[in-house]
Amino acid sequence: MNDKVSVTNERRLTIARAMAEAIAQEMRVDERVFVMGEDIGTLGGVFGNTRGLVEEFGKLRVRDTPISETGFIGAAVGAASDGMRPVVELMFVDFFGVCMDAIYNLMAKNTYFSGGSVKVPLVLMTSTGGGYSDAGQHSQCLYGTFAHLPGMKVVSPSNAYDAKGMMTAAIRDENPVIFMYHKGLQGMGWLGTEPGATVNVPEESYEVPFGKAAVVREGTDVTIVGLAMGVHNALKAADLLAKKGVSAEVVDLRTLVPLDRDTVFNSVKKTGRLIVVDEDYHSFGVSGEIIASVCERDVSVLKAAPRRVAYPDVPIPFSRPMEQFCLPNPDKIVAAFDSIAGA
Amino acid sequence: MQPNREQRLWMYEHMLVSRYFEETIEKIYLEGKTPAFNMANGPIPGEMHLSNGQEPCAVGVCAHLNAGDIVTSTHRPHHVAIAKGVDLDRMAAEIFGKKTGLSGGRGGHMHIFDPAVNFSCSGIIAQGMAPAVGAALSRKMSNREGVAVAFLGEGAANQGAFHESLNLAAVWELPVVFVIEDNSWGISVPKADATAVPRNDVRAAAYGMPGVYVTDNDPFAIFDAAGEAIARARAGGGPTLIEIETWRLAGHFMGDAEGYRPKGEKDALFAKDPIPRMRERLIAAGDLTAGDDAALAAKARARVDTAIAFARESDYPAAEEALERVFA
Ligand SMILES: Cc1ncc(C[n+]2csc(CCOP(=O)(O)OP(=O)(O)O)c2C)c(N)n1
Ligand SMILES: [Mg+2]
Repeated sequence: MNDKVSVTNERRLTIARAMAEAIAQEMRVDERVFVMGEDIGTLGGVFGNTRGLVEEFGKLRVRDTPISETGFIGAAVGAASDGMRPVVELMFVDFFGVCMDAIYNLMAKNTYFSGGSVKVPLVLMTSTGGGYSDAGQHSQCLYGTFAHLPGMKVVSPSNAYDAKGMMTAAIRDENPVIFMYHKGLQGMGWLGTEPGATVNVPEESYEVPFGKAAVVREGTDVTIVGLAMGVHNALKAADLLAKKGVSAEVVDLRTLVPLDRDTVFNSVKKTGRLIVVDEDYHSFGVSGEIIASVCERDVSVLKAAPRRVAYPDVPIPFSRPMEQFCLPNPDKIVAAFDSIAGA
Repeated sequence: MQPNREQRLWMYEHMLVSRYFEETIEKIYLEGKTPAFNMANGPIPGEMHLSNGQEPCAVGVCAHLNAGDIVTSTHRPHHVAIAKGVDLDRMAAEIFGKKTGLSGGRGGHMHIFDPAVNFSCSGIIAQGMAPAVGAALSRKMSNREGVAVAFLGEGAANQGAFHESLNLAAVWELPVVFVIEDNSWGISVPKADATAVPRNDVRAAAYGMPGVYVTDNDPFAIFDAAGEAIARARAGGGPTLIEIETWRLAGHFMGDAEGYRPKGEKDALFAKDPIPRMRERLIAAGDLTAGDDAALAAKARARVDTAIAFARESDYPAAEEALERVFA
């Protein structure tokens, strides 16, 4: 038994494969679970996260849709309320513009409007992030946009272990969950990938509960908070800071709704400094929310003004020098620390 | 309506320019992306949707347009842009992300804007349609000449925007023509699995406008159908929906392994590549000698080479320029 576990634990998966595995495992035990979206069947998803599903479960449960997001996401809401558990893909989060009503006026509000008598157990998985010159209609994160709107859970894993456990938890959840996966972490060769996202993943099914941030590196001088790709930038910055004798703690939020404000606060209480890394737009978003949640509870835990390393408030440009200039990176995080180090 | 000799040669020449352009882009796109293919690398990063095989749609329609007419296109825009007369140097520079590009490198290949010839495109499926309707409305309201043409893929005909745009154009009798390039694939999904009717032209009936289906990727038949539709629009006769059978000779985008294509499909399509077919047809009709053809091909190549050289030699924008031009 022990042998078996240790062998299992050596298995490393990409986020793409971890997501597909979680969906497959839930489909095996729950007939209500089905998948739909564009190119999720034969192709296995543009980002690989449904690979192998149509081969195992067939076209009735793994449905390639027309390019009709309003139609099939709205249909998922109806199917979910009628007893099914759809896992639906919006290929790029940027496409939410053509189907947002189904998402935020139906999916996110039906439970409330019905006084809790109608459930919408739906997983909407969608890709986020840039860095590979796909320009402003294919590179956004928009985490804050979704988290801002009440009635849906919003999660975004930084690694394959969390991706599998969070997908399992999402499918089992009685509520709508937006599962946002970052393209640069997906493990698709053609996109280039952050190696730190491909980690050991147990074969057996498990859940990573929502609302629990992870302290992925302990430190005493500054708290760096991020999610998805931001976590990897934060970890690299922590390495750079360590060389300068600075001990950085890194918090992976994992889920935005629900948000684990306690873990963030307790970390900042310990370190006295806060930097938030966010590939989403700077203003009115996740970074502001994290900072506010610390300040609101007890501003005196901060030894210095909080800092954010976020995407400037401009559409994402195509050209490499401009895009790279805008993206958060470890050097910017180190510079942010330097600006508050004296305090 | 049949093209005269001058129009036939114009169409052929623009097909050649378009194909050479795509073939050149294809080669350069792969620079820096071998042995490991990573979209982020090389002189042309990001997604790249080539139009090889679809040239007849662009030239057959744009042969009837002038610079003042409006065209909106899609994520697969190069052939249409070339036929509409978009500045090729600055378009190439945009695709390379250079400062001299049409948008200074902000847009890239899916976001080509050339207001001088009223061309634009968008990477969101079907979202070019309503802006074409709006431009037609603008011309009608301000009594200015001009028609608008919205290009889209057959996959886009299942979007809400398609149906809303058709209805709006029809109910307001606007001078707009919708041109569906039916290459029978939306990425990996065949038309038959995604569309409730075999041909989208029948959907025109639902909006009280004429609908035409053009088979066989035939530039002259496209010219004919588009000519009639555009003339009707110019004369105040309202919108038309045209669907064209065409062929995607490339992958959906570069790097697409196309495992979903049935065996032999691509060979069959290459066997009827519209460019050699057009050449043979023009030669048979006496429009073109082998010598003329070589000269036209050389001219097309030179045009493309000039544009590519301009793009290569241009500077990248300064990184900080990313922060400019958000507002007018
Ligand atoms: C609203 C929206 N949904 C999905 C996509 C992703 N996507 C890009 S191209 C494409 C297929 C388009 O097919 P079609 O309209 O037939 O054009 P083609 O690629 O064949 O030229 C899809 C689904 C998108 N860009 N926008
Ligand atoms: Mg198509």
